[in-house]
Amino acid sequence: MDIAQWFADGARIPLGAWIKDLIDFLTTYGGWFFDFVAATFLAVYDASTWLFTTPPTWAVILVIAALSFWAKGWKLAVGAALGLVLIDLVAQWDNAMLTLALTVVAVLIATTISVPLGIWAARSQTVSNIVRPVLDFLQTMPAFVYLLPAIFLFSVGPVPGIVATIMFALAPGVRLTELGIRGVDKEVVEAGHAFGATPGRILRQIQLPLAMPSIMAGINQVIMLSLSMSVIASMVGAPGLGRPIVQALSSVNIPLGFEAGTAVVVIAMILDRITGGFGTRDRSRRRTSFSKTSEPDAAPAAA
Amino acid sequence: MSEIALEARHLYKVFGKNPGQAVRRLQDGQSRSDVLDAGTAAVIDASFTVERGEIFVVMGLSGSGKSTLIRMLNGLLPPTAGEVIIHGSDVSAATPRELREIRRRSVSMVFQHFALLPHRTVIDNAAYALEIQGVAKAERLERARAILDKVGLAEWADSRPDELSGGMRQRVGLARALTAGTDIMLMDEAFSALDPLIRREMQEQLVELQQELGRTIIFITHDLNEAMFLGDRIAVMRDGRIVQLGTPEEILTDPANDYVAQFVQDVDRTRVLTARTVMEPPHLTTPVSAGVRGALRVLREQQARAVFATEGRRLVGVVTDRAVIRAVKAGQTDLRAIVDQSVLTVGPDELLTDIVESAVESPVPLAVVDETRRLIGVIPRVTLLATLGNVEPSTRELPVVSTPLDMVAEFTPLVDAAANAAPAAGAGADGGPTTTTEEGAL
Repeated sequence: MDIAQWFADGARIPLGAWIKDLIDFLTTYGGWFFDFVAATFLAVYDASTWLFTTPPTWAVILVIAALSFWAKGWKLAVGAALGLVLIDLVAQWDNAMLTLALTVVAVLIATTISVPLGIWAARSQTVSNIVRPVLDFLQTMPAFVYLLPAIFLFSVGPVPGIVATIMFALAPGVRLTELGIRGVDKEVVEAGHAFGATPGRILRQIQLPLAMPSIMAGINQVIMLSLSMSVIASMVGAPGLGRPIVQALSSVNIPLGFEAGTAVVVIAMILDRITGGFGTRDRSRRRTSFSKTSEPDAAPAAA
Repeated sequence: MSEIALEARHLYKVFGKNPGQAVRRLQDGQSRSDVLDAGTAAVIDASFTVERGEIFVVMGLSGSGKSTLIRMLNGLLPPTAGEVIIHGSDVSAATPRELREIRRRSVSMVFQHFALLPHRTVIDNAAYALEIQGVAKAERLERARAILDKVGLAEWADSRPDELSGGMRQRVGLARALTAGTDIMLMDEAFSALDPLIRREMQEQLVELQQELGRTIIFITHDLNEAMFLGDRIAVMRDGRIVQLGTPEEILTDPANDYVAQFVQDVDRTRVLTARTVMEPPHLTTPVSAGVRGALRVLREQQARAVFATEGRRLVGVVTDRAVIRAVKAGQTDLRAIVDQSVLTVGPDELLTDIVESAVESPVPLAVVDETRRLIGVIPRVTLLATLGNVEPSTRELPVVSTPLDMVAEFTPLVDAAANAAPAAGAGADGGPTTTTEEGAL
């Protein structure tokens, strides 16, 4: 009957239309919620932007160089300073700071969501089973696809960019946190139980410290994905280095494209080395035993 | 010793789809493989009591359920059926909070792979249990330091676990459990990951510490020699069931079934069995008051070459046939004058390994005397050889005639030759056979 007719018509299910209906439903009835989220994110973003754009260029360069020195040493400090000067000399400084501001906000929010979620998933198999396909979806869905619903829910501007960035960057944080905590030696956790420790104490004193290298690798991945997504987010009006890139694309402007692209690469490298430096610093403080346990954990992050 | 520290009542643990059903079917007499469709039975109907201050060893090969059993004792695994009573409270029925309280106050644990916190120093690891108990920092470090001192790690207090060797790490694990101050300590294959020399050292240290601190220890191992060395009592597990529970001597001398018998075959029994276990009732005795004539009569009736002279059941010495004949010819009547008082004696608790040599040298059965020199038994050479050769040891008659015993047949001529040699040369000549006997028994 209907089904036969349906097959005769080419057996098409309107998945896209359903999603659109869902989005419409959300905008109609959940509007207040998304307005609230948008206002909050915007406030945080404004504060972050103010932090990066108000001080003079040299001050920002100095602070980042100092941070690099603290994280890893003078080589990174010099490299970071040179890279930032280069960005300034190709006239991308303001855009770079806006991108940095957006990335920082997105990373902070993504981390505060992904680490607890990873912990929860590590403790409950049910949560893990639910979270895993959701993460697969978030991670493999082409990044551009997030942009449209984000515009519908949050209108144009930095907020849909931030939301799309968070969605895209969430997965490795959750995955590596879960992996790290599940990878903690069972007997050590058992020892915690055997001496009467509460689950909270076991988490704080055993699981999190032992999983830290893996969690740090996850956060590092979150940062890198955020940065790459924040450029794409410029297509929905997020400010930053994505703007000149989109502009270069539409006007076939090779010089502008490369200048802005180089600035992204410089920022990416600085962020990666600084967070990586914190990761290894953390490890070296815990001495050599950790270098062994951390390597298998770090491998999936690299893959 | 009689106070009960821990009691396990009909413990079952089944992993799988339908544990409750599997337990009911096991209780109805079905076997472990019968209930495989409902679940894998790891522990089946385990019941035992552990007394305060004893070392209770659970021995079994891998897969016998011993690790599952020990984890039920402190509630790391909830039993499918049955209960565990520690100091009167039921572990299996406790709420999580009560369970934590029981673990803090009553039961600590030592792990096979040490399970130390790698990011903390040795002393912080040793004090970890106290930290959980909420003891103030200064006090817990002080108590941890005292215990580290006892296990010989005082100078390593500020090192990290990964800077220590395996044996030292397990000492930290031991220190952590001892510092906890609990009466009961569970030790899960605690020495199995260590190499043999270190293991022996740790076993000796554990026995010393136990004697000093009087803790109740439940020790899991797959190594029978370790079980025999440490255990006051041993539970032998196989396929989830406790197949025998008894003292090391009982298990060695009276194995409950072929499995246990096969298992104990390889044990170095000279290190487990004591003179008391193998000794025979002393038949060849004559009271000093019976005089030389009395001694002569016993020697003739028993067709023996020598007899023990006693006074009020206390051993005076040995009288040989030659001395008796000489005394009769000389018209002597006082037995005391011809007793050879230099007779070799052993205490009832001496290990066979320590008495083999004396027994082989002695022309008469070895006398077992208690601290008041009361003659409580004798060990004829043949009994000793039969024991070492793992022949049915509970014989009360001379087994050499009736038992086809290759070992004894092989060694008797050697031993006799040695014993018959001149006493002066005896010491040198005996060295050979004695050593051979020991090797044969190993």
